[in-house]
Amino acid sequence: MARVARFSGTERLAHWLLAITFFVMLGSGLALYLPDLATVVNRPTAKAWHIWSALALPIGLAVLALAGNGRSLARSAAEIDRFDADDLRFLSPARIVTGQKAPPQGRFNAGQKLNTVLTAAILAVLFVTGGLLWLGERDHAYRFDGTVIVHDWGMFALIVLVAGHLYMAILNPSTRHSLRGITTGEVDRSWAEQHHAKWVGTEPREPPRD
Amino acid sequence: MSVLPEHPREGLPIGRAAFLGVFGLGVAGIAAAPRLKDAFSGVGLPAGLGPGSGWRIYTVSSPMPIFDPATFQLKISGLVESPTTLGWNEIASLPSGTQTSTFHCVTGWSVDNVVYEGIRPKTLTDLVRPKPEATHVTFISLEQPYVDQITLDQFLLPDNILARTLGGAPVKREQGAPLRMVIPQMYGYKGVKWTTEIRFDDHGEAGFWEQRGYDADAWVGRSN
Repeated sequence: MARVARFSGTERLAHWLLAITFFVMLGSGLALYLPDLATVVNRPTAKAWHIWSALALPIGLAVLALAGNGRSLARSAAEIDRFDADDLRFLSPARIVTGQKAPPQGRFNAGQKLNTVLTAAILAVLFVTGGLLWLGERDHAYRFDGTVIVHDWGMFALIVLVAGHLYMAILNPSTRHSLRGITTGEVDRSWAEQHHAKWVGTEPREPPRD
Repeated sequence: MSVLPEHPREGLPIGRAAFLGVFGLGVAGIAAAPRLKDAFSGVGLPAGLGPGSGWRIYTVSSPMPIFDPATFQLKISGLVESPTTLGWNEIASLPSGTQTSTFHCVTGWSVDNVVYEGIRPKTLTDLVRPKPEATHVTFISLEQPYVDQITLDQFLLPDNILARTLGGAPVKREQGAPLRMVIPQMYGYKGVKWTTEIRFDDHGEAGFWEQRGYDADAWVGRSN
């Protein structure tokens, strides 16, 4: 079966770095947050995992951008940033409710773009609020009533986003083939033509060096 | 396998706008959340999750103890000259102290300007007279198996209080009724709720959370 390259090795590593650090942060954070879990997990251990995984994400991304194929990361960021008319139609509530056929999409569909943008923004908020919580332990000038609330709400929002992402990547029959792309880098051309027609509808060229 | 060319940059930079919007909203929320208290009142969020709702209630076992004035007793025991057990009427008649202090939880939230009324540690030590060998004070909760301990010097800090009221009303059930130890200079887990026994010891013992990695000396701003 003909396949096309969807993600570079650097893009895939960035994705799995995010996935791993997210679940470490979530697990260790819940151990710090929920009394039932706090009773079974040593607090300093949970805290160390939480903080170091939070640092590992931006540091790891920076290393990947500098030492890996940073160009492919920049390409993804640029594609995710841009929403064209088809993207807006893709996200239209009226289209979704009525079940109309999705307009042709690029390498990322509009839902994936939106999910990525929201995830990145919420992670940035969590990084800021987490930093304030860390600072607030050392200097109460950095303790604000809203910090924990925003950190908590960010966590809840992220859980919803990740749950939706996992559903689309693992369970939803029409989209779960994309899991192959983020693990091997390749997807079936026929699947790509169906779901990412604007991307596949262009001519092949030489692969970029990773 | 073939590799496809980059998709031409078309459309509007909505991604960065959404990123900056959500990020800005989140950062603004740090300042705005406490001011949204009224807007979120009555929404039915669990305690602590709504903006400005303040207290978060933690327990280690359920159900929470229920205070019965007819049967409640405070036992003061251990290395003291006059061990005693007080009923609620006797507790209520002990000299009263009041204070306003900020409550800090180790998980990162605080409640400012909490008004307490209750019994000062000095009143209790005058009552039972600790023996010279007493170095530590252990608080035992009706909520089994919660227990915690501080040194005798820490116990006698002038802003400590065994609270009978909180915010101008008797300590509520979820706040540790009828007696909640308050140690403002330490994180909240040192302040035992539903306190039913205060024991003077000659040695240190790890409390409930200290057995799980928390600092014994839980000074606010200087511990984990």
